Amino acid sequence: MLVFIIRRSMQSVVVLLAMSLLVFAGVYAIGNPIDILINPQADQQEREQAIATLGLDKPLYMQYFTFLSGALHGDLGKSFVHATSALGLILERMPATMELAISAMLISVILGIPLGLLAGLKPNGFAGRSIMAGSILGFSLPTFWVGLMLIMVFAVNLHWLPSNGRGPTTMLFGLFPVSFLSWDGIKHLILPATNLALFNLALLIRLTRAGTHEALLQDYVKFARAKGLTNARVIGVHVLRNILIPIVTVIGLQFGTLIGFAIVTESVFAWPGMGKLLIDSINFLDRPVIVAYLLVIVFLFIFINLVVDILYSTLDPRVRITDSKG
Amino acid sequence: MTPASTVVRAVQTPFQRVVGDFMANPVAVFGLCLLLLVVLAAIFAPVISPQNPYDLAQLDVMDSRLPPGSPAPNGGHYWLGTDDQGRDMLSAIFYGLRISLAVGVISTVCALVIGLTLGLTAAYFGGRFETLVMRVVDIQLSFPAILIALILIAVLGQGTGKVITALITVQWAYYARTVRGAALVEKRREYMEAARCLALSPARIVFRHLLPNCLPPMIVVATVQVAAAIALEATLSFLGLGLPITEPSLGLLIANGYQYLLSGKYWISFFPGIALLLTIVSINLVADQMRDVLNPRLQK
Amino acid sequence: MIDSDEALTEPVLEVDGLRTHFFTKAGVVKAVDDVSFTVGRGEVLGLVGESGSGKSMTGYSLMGLIDPPGRIVDGSIILDGIALRTLTPEQQRHMRGNRIAMIFQDPMMTLNPVLRIDVQMIEAVLAHKHVTREVARARAREALVKVGIASPDERLQAYPHQFSGGMRQRVAIAIALLNRPDLIIADEPTTALDVTIQGQILYEIQKLTRETGTALIWITHDLSVVAGLADRVCVMYAGRIVEQGSCEEVLAHPAHPYTQGLLDSVPANNERGQRLKQIPGMTPSLLDLPPGCPFRERCSYADAECEVSPEMRPAGGPGQSVRCFHPLVPVHS
Repeated sequence: MLVFIIRRSMQSVVVLLAMSLLVFAGVYAIGNPIDILINPQADQQEREQAIATLGLDKPLYMQYFTFLSGALHGDLGKSFVHATSALGLILERMPATMELAISAMLISVILGIPLGLLAGLKPNGFAGRSIMAGSILGFSLPTFWVGLMLIMVFAVNLHWLPSNGRGPTTMLFGLFPVSFLSWDGIKHLILPATNLALFNLALLIRLTRAGTHEALLQDYVKFARAKGLTNARVIGVHVLRNILIPIVTVIGLQFGTLIGFAIVTESVFAWPGMGKLLIDSINFLDRPVIVAYLLVIVFLFIFINLVVDILYSTLDPRVRITDSKG
Repeated sequence: MTPASTVVRAVQTPFQRVVGDFMANPVAVFGLCLLLLVVLAAIFAPVISPQNPYDLAQLDVMDSRLPPGSPAPNGGHYWLGTDDQGRDMLSAIFYGLRISLAVGVISTVCALVIGLTLGLTAAYFGGRFETLVMRVVDIQLSFPAILIALILIAVLGQGTGKVITALITVQWAYYARTVRGAALVEKRREYMEAARCLALSPARIVFRHLLPNCLPPMIVVATVQVAAAIALEATLSFLGLGLPITEPSLGLLIANGYQYLLSGKYWISFFPGIALLLTIVSINLVADQMRDVLNPRLQK
Repeated sequence: MIDSDEALTEPVLEVDGLRTHFFTKAGVVKAVDDVSFTVGRGEVLGLVGESGSGKSMTGYSLMGLIDPPGRIVDGSIILDGIALRTLTPEQQRHMRGNRIAMIFQDPMMTLNPVLRIDVQMIEAVLAHKHVTREVARARAREALVKVGIASPDERLQAYPHQFSGGMRQRVAIAIALLNRPDLIIADEPTTALDVTIQGQILYEIQKLTRETGTALIWITHDLSVVAGLADRVCVMYAGRIVEQGSCEEVLAHPAHPYTQGLLDSVPANNERGQRLKQIPGMTPSLLDLPPGCPFRERCSYADAECEVSPEMRPAGGPGQSVRCFHPLVPVHS
């Protein structure tokens, strides 16, 4: 098991290096690094100074090493707009995005798996059909439009929930700010988290339903019932344990997608996370921040993939045991 | 011995069977009709719009932000209200549909051509070329489309051509992967071996023999992707990073109305949103039914 | 006052007029059509037929495992004096795996691949008996030993994919015996196994059922398996029993032309160098059965009389009966 983890980690590091090379190539070789990294409003002297500091007059491979060592030290350049460390800006906003993404994931899992199970157990009943019809809507509707509708209905017409922004935050474990610990914070969190969760919810429902439908046709279900087990146990233990394996994988991978879609939700609801920062940066041409965001996202995705792989092997005994036996 | 009564079954071409199966589902027919309406509205926008919303001479800013149903100066009505520039929403929506559909279809078709070519040749030739192409596909598909599109826009800058390029880049990988999967299965069939034995050129084999047999799943994928491309373009435009104001798609119209949502002037965002919704849902309904109809495993 | 001899010979299972129909969009499939038989205590009954003859469906009907669009529409199933069809679903569940158990054909798919063996065995005990986990685990271990699995403690911690096919089937047998059922239904349990393992499993099952006095219904398409194993035989065709009787009698003096055809087509019964005898034609589709005897179209003895469905009549040896207007042995009046 340990061998497996180490092996996968090494693979991840390789991919990370490859991606950093790609980002570097995009910024320094294809794009004009001078435009990207140096504030366009700097005068000639400042430009020359910056070029020297950034080593832009050195050969390309040396620049890559400078870039890498800078990255490892957490220095990815200074934002043009905010004049502070680009990486720092992003890390500052990360807890907000994480809170949104995690809440959305929780909503979609807590609702999606039971609904999908229900639709799989009774596919031809009214419940089953309406759940499936709803799920089609769920992933074909554009996220931003649903967000607008949510604001229109719940904030403007009904006045139940606030229309934008994040609620007041408190420090969790003294480490990072979270807003779900206060009622006001939760009120601000509900709409954007639901908006973000919708696509994922629809996906999970369809996945769970397909998995359940397939599992029910298997012989081990008939055998479990032949043993005289209760229906609750047959579905809750035998079926669920089998369908959870691919579902957990999807959940893990979808987390990355959620962080991506959060860009849209954060813009609609003016939620102060990384995504909104990215959009603002693109609009203001604050390129160091864009580069920093790219690298952070790549790192996150690779990390998530690694965790999912490890999780999958712990859940599926067939993978785990054959792997360790070698 | 009584002769059994024979039922003569008319021989159907595959196309007739597909159409017949498709028409059997009322939901699919509904979707198709809706889609046709949308497409016709888009094509004939200049003809059916009460007003040309981009002809500044026709606009009167005094008419801005009027609610739906308000009377218009030349005797008609602003059926869906007006936006902040005084544009008739109905007309703006028709023109916007045109642009949204055009961008969606163009990007899908181009991505399809690229994806098909790369995927088919990768499957046919195999080896290092295939590994390389599929690796790129895998890496690209592990990132959400919106992210890739945004980064491309950030790098390339804004403008219609750049948006279409971004949409194409986002989509091709999906086609390449799907067609490669289908091609790998078809490659083992006998007709492929026969073609090879006839010493036909690889280009001919790939495009005249392999391609037509890989098409059915691709048709479904492409249809769904048109809807996804339209949604993605709308999202980009909404974020202010999509099409320029001179070619307002539905996404931009919705973005325009965003700020008025909180003051109760919902129609500026709402109706373009409904139009977008109808377009996407109708495409998905049609695609869903086509998937069932074209699926060889579900054929009797 | 029940006579002790009578109690011993009272049948453990009485099936009368069982009909299981499947209501599909294409029509009604009469998978089990008027099946009646009895099984005595500790007796081995062979249920023989081709695929589609309804033998597996009969087994599932006895277990109450028929799912929609299928349904038992008629008949009675009496297990040890209890009429199964009159029970509530919950009561029926208490019978399954407890008083009546089943072994399936493919052991790889009948054991859940992601659950450990001990979990799957312990739950079978705990579903019916109020004992502690330790007691249930001890019983599971004991059962594994009885079916001849070495190092049972290690095996309990393992997963199904770590076992060979024969061992998995032994586990399935062990599970069936856990709660000491009165009757075990074995649905082609050796068909998916290697020939050498088949013999072992056959022997195991035979030994165990004799030791525990459990009755056994062995469902198979293979007459040679039945020959060495069963006390009595029922031959099924198109959802009906066409012949039943003691194994010796039926195999030596088959009453129904179909049974004769089956026996003739066994390669061992044919002469070298001569064409293998076959039954002409194909099994009819159950959707589209012609009226009268279902074997009519393939039978060389059929005539106009066979356009009416025959009933079971006693014929041939003691306890033998046949559903045919032209049986190959004399009918008793």
